[in-house]
Amino acid sequence: MQNNQSLFEYVLRLGDSCLILSQRLGEWCGHGPILEEDIALTNFALDLLGHARFWLSYAAELEGAGRDEDQLAFLRDSGEFRNLLLVEQENGDFAETIARQFYFDVWHLAMLDMLRNSTDGRARAIAEKAAKEVRYHLQRSTDWVIRLGDGTAESKRRMQSAIDSLWMYTGEMFEMDAIDYEMLSHGVGVDLSIVRERWMEHVSKVLDQATLTLPASTWMQRGGKQGVHTERLGYLLSEMQTMQRNYPGLQW
Amino acid sequence: MEKDIWEWLKEVPDPEIPVLSIIDLGIVREVHCESQTGTAKIAITPTYSGCPAMVVIGEEIRATMKRHGVDDLVLETVLFPAWTTDWMSEDAKERLRAYGVAPPVRLVKIAGLEAGQPLAGVNSDDRSGFVACPQCGSIRTEVISRYGSTPCKALYKCKSCLEPFDAFKCH
Repeated sequence: MQNNQSLFEYVLRLGDSCLILSQRLGEWCGHGPILEEDIALTNFALDLLGHARFWLSYAAELEGAGRDEDQLAFLRDSGEFRNLLLVEQENGDFAETIARQFYFDVWHLAMLDMLRNSTDGRARAIAEKAAKEVRYHLQRSTDWVIRLGDGTAESKRRMQSAIDSLWMYTGEMFEMDAIDYEMLSHGVGVDLSIVRERWMEHVSKVLDQATLTLPASTWMQRGGKQGVHTERLGYLLSEMQTMQRNYPGLQW
Repeated sequence: MEKDIWEWLKEVPDPEIPVLSIIDLGIVREVHCESQTGTAKIAITPTYSGCPAMVVIGEEIRATMKRHGVDDLVLETVLFPAWTTDWMSEDAKERLRAYGVAPPVRLVKIAGLEAGQPLAGVNSDDRSGFVACPQCGSIRTEVISRYGSTPCKALYKCKSCLEPFDAFKCH
């Protein structure tokens, strides 16, 4: 029987990445470059919010400290969040949003696909449900990377620049720490080296098709999963949590 | 009693697509009555994970059950097996079409990730030529946006009659 605290951490990481990316995508609402994309980005946000709720409700039950999904979302500070650094990065231009989404979607789908075989029944059910939606996300972000990369000189320049600048946040997605190893040993979690292989395979192929260059290996940022974040997360949280912080217990 | 509840649930419409009931959509997974206590248990599954209609649907179920005298109700959400448009009846698909929304179309092979397959298999989801226009029946259609007015729909245009229309996504 695995340690509930470790499982709580593992589930919290998944939930936090979905929640923070959902919040970032929500910032596009009313600002999309075209109406259809505005709708698409906010639909992504909605799907991810749904996934975040599944994971965070589960995390709250595992913790057994009387907190619920809302308290986990709205009453934790930056250092208590366990999301990947990639998802807290700012929206930037449309190419940066797409690059962030593309890197995340490939990782996300590979993770969920493997979690479908988890020994944890709840994780399996959430993964099965979410994978269907994330597959659709990946199709769209893949199409956009190709369209912008193999597009005009300007769209290509921007897409390449976005692919390059976010590259340093992709390393930690595949780094195993004690919790990852523990969850893997119980058959609950996944082997991130396999996720990495599948991720690289898809990313290389798509970048090639998009006539873009795979970034050279570089210094990789790390820390998101352990609660060490970039400054950007604080600003995001202050906006996301403002109502519950100012009016604790507020209900719609 | 359980049979009655299944019947009564047909009165609960989808808030976004009122021509379909929640039974048509296949989101009611289980109805169970405790013979001892008289407690009714209804298990529903979400269509899309973040679908905001689920809250309204839950309230509607409670109101409908109350109307039929079922006061002791436990409403549960189950995720597995994951909802699929395959659970939609043929009759429901026909009503959807008459309402102006193209029903979901299942392709023979869908590009996507299956266990053990490389991610590289995932690319396009263009169903042009498969989704028929609900107005004129033409299959000369094209996707305008993969996302539409609700999470479950995509936006299409008919190249024959030039009408734009919503298509229920195959899920």
